[in-house]
Amino acid sequence: MAAVTPLTDNVSRPAPLMVDARGLHTHYGQSHVLQGVDLRIHRGETVCLMGRNGMGKTTTIRSILGLTRITAGTVSIAGRDMTRAQTHDIVASGIGYVPEGRGMFPSLTVRESLEMAARPGVDGRRDWTLERVLETFPRLAERINHKAGNLSGGEQQMVAIGRALMLNPDLLILDEATEGLAPLIRKEIWRVIAMVKETGIASLIVDKNVNALMRITDRSLIMVKGQVVYDGSSHELAGKPQLLQQHIGV
Amino acid sequence: MDLSLFLIQTLNGVQYGLLLFLIASGLTLIFGIMHIINLAHGALYMVGAYLAFWLTSLVGNLFLAIILALPIALMMGILIERFLIRHLYARAHLDQVLLTFGLILIFNALQSIIWGNDVHSVPVPEWLNHSVALTDNLRYPVYRLFISGVCITIAIGMYLLIQRTRLGMIVRAGADDREMVRSLGVNINRVYTLVFAAGTALAAFAGMIASPVSSVYPGMGESVLILAFVVVVIGGIGSIKGAFLGALLVGLTATWGTVLAPNFASAAVYALMAIVLLFKPRGLFA
Ligand SMILES: Nc1ncnc2c1ncn2[C@@H]1O[C@H](COP(=O)(O)OP(=O)(O)OP(=O)(O)O)[C@@H](O)[C@H]1O
Ligand SMILES: [Mg+2]
Repeated sequence: MAAVTPLTDNVSRPAPLMVDARGLHTHYGQSHVLQGVDLRIHRGETVCLMGRNGMGKTTTIRSILGLTRITAGTVSIAGRDMTRAQTHDIVASGIGYVPEGRGMFPSLTVRESLEMAARPGVDGRRDWTLERVLETFPRLAERINHKAGNLSGGEQQMVAIGRALMLNPDLLILDEATEGLAPLIRKEIWRVIAMVKETGIASLIVDKNVNALMRITDRSLIMVKGQVVYDGSSHELAGKPQLLQQHIGV
Repeated sequence: MDLSLFLIQTLNGVQYGLLLFLIASGLTLIFGIMHIINLAHGALYMVGAYLAFWLTSLVGNLFLAIILALPIALMMGILIERFLIRHLYARAHLDQVLLTFGLILIFNALQSIIWGNDVHSVPVPEWLNHSVALTDNLRYPVYRLFISGVCITIAIGMYLLIQRTRLGMIVRAGADDREMVRSLGVNINRVYTLVFAAGTALAAFAGMIASPVSSVYPGMGESVLILAFVVVVIGGIGSIKGAFLGALLVGLTATWGTVLAPNFASAAVYALMAIVLLFKPRGLFA
């Protein structure tokens, strides 16, 4: 019997898909917010989703996670069809989610917020433990017994990211994780995002900081009015300032 | 009034309060965490008492009867949540009130059909059926002390479960933001089924251990339901600590009210609630 060839041997063959969302349509009442969104993320790939306010970035994420019902389209996660599956099953296929607004549980302490989310990864991996999250965010170690509701915005964001990592995900989804934070804290968050990338976890990042996104991501998507108008390498996009100017205004 | 009467009534009040805590704790969790107003909670207390009466008459021993009745109560809780309450999470409180009020009518009718409308008594288990001397001229029934001990043990266990375990963390997180709990891969429906079934079983268990003291009669669930709601409001919705303190206050007030001002007794509890809400509009621990 022939030996199994690792996928990475063949450079031209891409890694398998972690997320494969096709033709997503989502309505809020009468308004047609997503109008046929395609979004693919390969294993280990770092992807950003850009666009002006209200273009449908958050809705795309919520539709993939089953938090908002799609009206048409298909979603498969890690090779399994998850269209209209329940959120907890979708997430359990290997996703760590940091929502817009951080999703804190105000009455839980930092330790509890992290411990309640702890679970081994899909392959049984337990790389991310409480200790490792506290090493990654030393500030949280100092606040370990504080209620999450009493933390600063930056500390809450660290809890949200640490909590998502406690799920030992294969894909980390960050929706506006640096929004409204002081420059030093932003730097800290970007450092952690880069470190997560180094460990081979895929990421989907929504953020306003285009420069940081262009530096860190492999691929970029730009959304305009519920449609993806650009899907290509971030490196190439960085060389097309007119595109960025037209669709994002930078 | 002499010292022994004071002691006896205070012990009775504490015991009654602790029993109310078992009922109110489930009610406050179901309300605070699942946002469900469950009027049928008192009916489960009644069902517990009737199950204890019926099974004791079959097997001859209250504790054996309780061991047999608890799984029945748990199963009822699971079925009620799974097939009825689950459809109410997204609906208005009025719909919840209507459905759970309907459940009261159904449980009362079933009680009448299955067990009739007579008042029944349940014998205290032999080894607890005596009294201890508290002072030289004061004896107190051991079974009432036993009830208090069991309730305190359950209260401590519940506190540890909610404060110290991962399940407890998830339950508290769900009260803050249930969508976020789902987004962390937790099947919150299963957690809700568990909370509801546990609350139901606690109310039924209260009816079971109370049955030798209170006797078993039609409509016993309703009066206890109203007091349990008073406890929840006084303690602050969703607060176990509040339910504990509120239950003791209500138990003592109801017991002492009956002794000191029999005509005013039924109003005393509401007066207590009014006074608490005057100073703490959202309850003691909201
Ligand atoms: N719950 C909702 N009900 C109705 N309309 C909504 C709802 N959530 C979002 N929308 C609308 O859907 C559109 C897309 O919103 P979405 O939050 O997905 O945009 P976004 O790209 O994430 O924007 P932002 O950069 O401001 O976060 C907007 O027009 C918004 O007003
Ligand atoms: Mg958004």
